[in-house]
Amino acid sequence: MYAFLTLTRRELTAHFVSLTGYVVIAGVQLLLGQSFWTLLDALNGKPFDMPVTEKFFDTGFFWLVLLLVAPLITMRSYAQERASGTFETLMTTPIGEVQVVLAKFCGALAFFLIAWLPAAAYPFLLRHYAEGMAPVDAGPVAATLLGIALLGGFYMALGCFASSLTRSQIVAAMTTFALGLGLFLLGYLSQLRPPEPGWQAQLLTHLSMLEHMRDFSRGVVDTRHVFFYLSLTAFFLFLTLRVLESRRWK
Amino acid sequence: MSAEHMIEVENLTKRYAGRTAVEGLSFTVSRGEIVGFLGPNGAGKSTTMRILSGYLAASSGTARVGGFDVLTQSEEVRRRIGYMPENNPLHEDMRVREYLKFRARLKGLSGARCRDRVDTVLGQFGLDEVSNKLITHLSKGFRQRVGIADALVHEPELIILDEPTIGLDPHQIRTVRQLIKDLGRKHTVLISSHILPEVEVTCSRILILHEGRILAADTPDDLQQRMAGRTQIIAEIAAPEPDLRHCWEAMAEVEQFDVSAAEGEFYRCALTPRAGMDLRPQIYELVKERGWRLRELTRSRHTLEDIFVHVTSRDREEEN
Repeated sequence: MYAFLTLTRRELTAHFVSLTGYVVIAGVQLLLGQSFWTLLDALNGKPFDMPVTEKFFDTGFFWLVLLLVAPLITMRSYAQERASGTFETLMTTPIGEVQVVLAKFCGALAFFLIAWLPAAAYPFLLRHYAEGMAPVDAGPVAATLLGIALLGGFYMALGCFASSLTRSQIVAAMTTFALGLGLFLLGYLSQLRPPEPGWQAQLLTHLSMLEHMRDFSRGVVDTRHVFFYLSLTAFFLFLTLRVLESRRWK
Repeated sequence: MSAEHMIEVENLTKRYAGRTAVEGLSFTVSRGEIVGFLGPNGAGKSTTMRILSGYLAASSGTARVGGFDVLTQSEEVRRRIGYMPENNPLHEDMRVREYLKFRARLKGLSGARCRDRVDTVLGQFGLDEVSNKLITHLSKGFRQRVGIADALVHEPELIILDEPTIGLDPHQIRTVRQLIKDLGRKHTVLISSHILPEVEVTCSRILILHEGRILAADTPDDLQQRMAGRTQIIAEIAAPEPDLRHCWEAMAEVEQFDVSAAEGEFYRCALTPRAGMDLRPQIYELVKERGWRLRELTRSRHTLEDIFVHVTSRDREEEN
């Protein structure tokens, strides 16, 4: 447990001693600021009857954040250590493989959430400056945060898995981006074509991350969605664990 | 579980796709020994060390460290070893003290013990002056010391160092050698090298590896002894060639000889004495008696270099 915390801390702080970490944070702020600005613009225009959180995620910048930032955060986790050889020194300490997988995942997720942290000011800014115009309910905000954490967790797990497969950070980042974009577009299909009744449409709707996130931003916490992301995250972490163990297969 | 053996390796084989790195390796290392793996690149030294440290699994055979199986009781084994891989990989973005603290914690040291041990190894390896420097700014010699300090920080019973002196300058090599010798007082040490003087100086026992197999295993002195049968005496004498040949034939101690013309009237005689005897006084007496002229009289002692070349080339001949 002690070793696990040490490694998690190392994974997290490593982002803050590299330039990439700050570039990621700056990039996230730029995209989220853009979202916020669009939201403010909308509040000044025609009245709308959706929660502000839904309007915020309607802008699409959120997806850019997820798709672009996940590869950047996770690409180093295993690929860099394999390339520099420190993976060998890490795996010959008494720490177990499960602990390594979890620590690297937690470190990446923690950094992802920290990059989001400044956005926590948005509801307070709105409440302060746009009082009376648009009520900011705590419910949808909390549900949205949960959604961000769940989707973030899934993308981090995906990225860790891609990173564990290679010694090249570029390859890891591109694999994560391709897999992430593929999964995202899969859900987009149901958006492009009005769902015709039938099992295909049902399946697509069920897989659609856009739909899931819309629910979260409306303040709807659907246990199916929660289970969907938790199980996918666990699945990719399990795959990563198998990759780590594979070096000791006979 | 045997108490006196630190490492027991039996019939260890490791196959990579299409290539056998280690084949049927068996050896034991007693507690307190400093053992050196010697072999050319690709002989299987690193692979064996990786298996012992629990990083890789063997294809077949067993290896035990301190009585624990490296595959099934990997965690127990990893607790007991300090391992420095080839090229000494370190986290470049960390500071020396920070790195050693991080490593000590990963190895299960906590609180005061962690702080104590980090301070101890920093002092022990002369790292105090660089303890707050980034590892990326360190010289090669300091990096090597950090690597060895890391291998030692949790006071392991067995220390495995893969090529600990590679890429160092002669002065740094001497420092690292002394460090390794000092370690041997308290720990069991296994080092690898492809440079012969390296293991000759530091190790109490040498295992010569070639193409995944052990060709010879002995103390440096015994390896010398074993080669004694191949000692040669070289004498360059100015004398009529038939006389020389006649003399060597008559001398009972000479097992084999070879006479070849050198410059002028000198002949170069290479004599193989029986049972490694030293014939030099006799040859000198002979030359003095006959009134010949002598310009060289030497006995060629075999360095480990020769032993190594001999052992590995014999292996190649057998294959052909």
